[in-house]
Amino acid sequence: MKYTAPTKQGYFGKYGGKFVPEILIPALAELEEAYEESLNDPLFQKEYHDLLREYVGRPTKLTFADRLTEHYGKAKIYFKREDLCHTGAHKINNAIGQLLLARKMGKKRIIAETGAGQHGVATATACAKFGFECVVYMGAEDMERQKLNVDRMRLMGAEVRSVETGSKTLKDATNEAIRDWVTNVDDTFYIIGSVVGPHPYPMMTRNFHRVIGEETRDQLKQKEGRLPDYLVACVGGGSNAIGFFYPFIDDENVKMIGIEAAGLGADTDQTAATLTKGTPGVLHGSLSYLLQSNEGQIQLAHSVSAGLDYPGIGPEHSYLHDTKRVHYYGVTDQDAMDAVKLISMKEGIIPAIETAHAFAYLETLMPLTQRDEVVVVNCSGRGDKDMKTISEWF
Amino acid sequence: MTTKTSRIQSVFEKRNGDDKIMSLFITAGYPDLESTVDLILGFEENGADLIELGMPFSDPLADGPTIQYASNVSIEKGITMKKIFGMVRQVREKSEIPIILMGYINPILRYGVEAFCSDAEESGVDGLIIPDAPIEESGIIESAAREHGLDMIYLVAPNSTDERMKAVDEKSSGFVYCVSVTGVTGARQGDEVARSVERFIGRVNTNVTSNPKLVGFGIKNYEDAKLISERVDGYIVGSALIEAIRKEYPNKGWKESVLQFVNHLKFGNI
Ligand SMILES: Cc1ncc(COP(=O)(O)O)c(C=O)c1O
Repeated sequence: MKYTAPTKQGYFGKYGGKFVPEILIPALAELEEAYEESLNDPLFQKEYHDLLREYVGRPTKLTFADRLTEHYGKAKIYFKREDLCHTGAHKINNAIGQLLLARKMGKKRIIAETGAGQHGVATATACAKFGFECVVYMGAEDMERQKLNVDRMRLMGAEVRSVETGSKTLKDATNEAIRDWVTNVDDTFYIIGSVVGPHPYPMMTRNFHRVIGEETRDQLKQKEGRLPDYLVACVGGGSNAIGFFYPFIDDENVKMIGIEAAGLGADTDQTAATLTKGTPGVLHGSLSYLLQSNEGQIQLAHSVSAGLDYPGIGPEHSYLHDTKRVHYYGVTDQDAMDAVKLISMKEGIIPAIETAHAFAYLETLMPLTQRDEVVVVNCSGRGDKDMKTISEWF
Repeated sequence: MTTKTSRIQSVFEKRNGDDKIMSLFITAGYPDLESTVDLILGFEENGADLIELGMPFSDPLADGPTIQYASNVSIEKGITMKKIFGMVRQVREKSEIPIILMGYINPILRYGVEAFCSDAEESGVDGLIIPDAPIEESGIIESAAREHGLDMIYLVAPNSTDERMKAVDEKSSGFVYCVSVTGVTGARQGDEVARSVERFIGRVNTNVTSNPKLVGFGIKNYEDAKLISERVDGYIVGSALIEAIRKEYPNKGWKESVLQFVNHLKFGNI
């Protein structure tokens, strides 16, 4: 590949790094070593790919969205069906990968943060499957709006700890998970749920998700005999998006679009549109764009979707934004909810509210496309967990 | 490296025999914006040798509930970086006690690294402790800090390797901050700290040889301090001091009670 980021120090351009307390430095060094080893360990790789096939259900389908294509009357639209992964979202690709690393490193206890609860569920699932102790930190507000996922985690034996600080959402759950990690660093492995955190997490998590883009490439080649013209994905921390984009990053003709949650609007203070409204800074161990005040205090994000309700973004997305390899736009709560309805009605697929942000952007994108072009949307998750919010909205 | 002796260095040079250096951490603007300067001056009168002045951050992920609380109070009361420099200036009108600013890197980046170091020097700050900028990342501020005569104080922890301790010692000036236990800041129960420190300090003394050493995290009283700092140059108290303030503020005479606590931390019951 021409594209080689990150550097050995974990930098994507000027973003990334390891901005963590001294106590975590040995843990990151140990993790880096274990991860590097796993890349050249055929048994590790085989076990990971076997689990993806036999347990997660990969490869996921690439579905032609014929009625949605007809609706817009422009380019052909395909969905990459991460919603069909076991547990209902892409998150499990990474949770399984990191859990295998934890086992390899001899760690006994797993912790995770979660927003929408999909990463928490994926981690609880992997822990149940392998018999690990699991503690998941979740903001009190998110526990309310994603109650189904809280119940799923508990049923599988995970302990879900309610986080009452700050905005009571993903940012604060991540703070608590890091504090737990700092305290129990000897026996605990922190499974981070997106391409955020200190190096090597953003790189490692990307690589556990690159299977999304690799499959898409092969599947589209079979169906259309060509590369896509557009890739569209929603971006919270950015894991589903980067896994989808990364295998196409050297293909200059493939245009990539990341969709952030604009909340009530990127021009209001009720937003999670980090790249649109943010400035570079350090949160949760890496340098990246952030929503912050003039004093450098982190601002509370807002989005109707718990999984995108985060004032930061993975460092690689900051880099791809600055270099303009990927273009990022915001979609409001209202537009995302309208897209939930449209995709449900036209395709019989109820998307997660996170995912619906990507679909909502088709309203803007499709009129600009040609009939002989192909758009692929990463359908990162299914919407069962969101039924309460969806019912209350309409 | 600064060539002239810094205020921090001279504290250690002037230390008599077995005396222990006491460094106190207080969040700037806690319990209110008006009290910080008075508290610092009072701490000095009651035995503090160094002051670590905390720059509040909204997401202090190396801190336990006590310092999180103090940071939130201070942010709510409207603390700003400019106000913190103002506090340091006011202390400097009356005192030469070394002041180390301690806080997370983000507010510093937002202020601008060069402007921050320059304003720090101008107001009378002596050094910096930035827990989330370990030696891998401190290049972002190191040269500006040195240029403005600020000591850079790095941390070692019980799980730091011998090589790591040596590297930290090499990068540090002023002193090396020895984190007594793995975990966030905050008082610890029983003898957890003492047990952890046993082996750790032995390794610290072998590997950290060019800087003085202060041990901190979890020290809650005079007895703890004495025991834990036995084989180093002194100790750091933060959360226990903030708890002492939290217990008394804003009752009448709260400041006196807090200063009594400080006096006892240093001298024990007399
Ligand atoms: C279905 C789904 N999509 C997207 C996201 C956002 O995360 P990321 O940007 O890391 O893909 C989440 C997070 O919870 C999710 O559950």
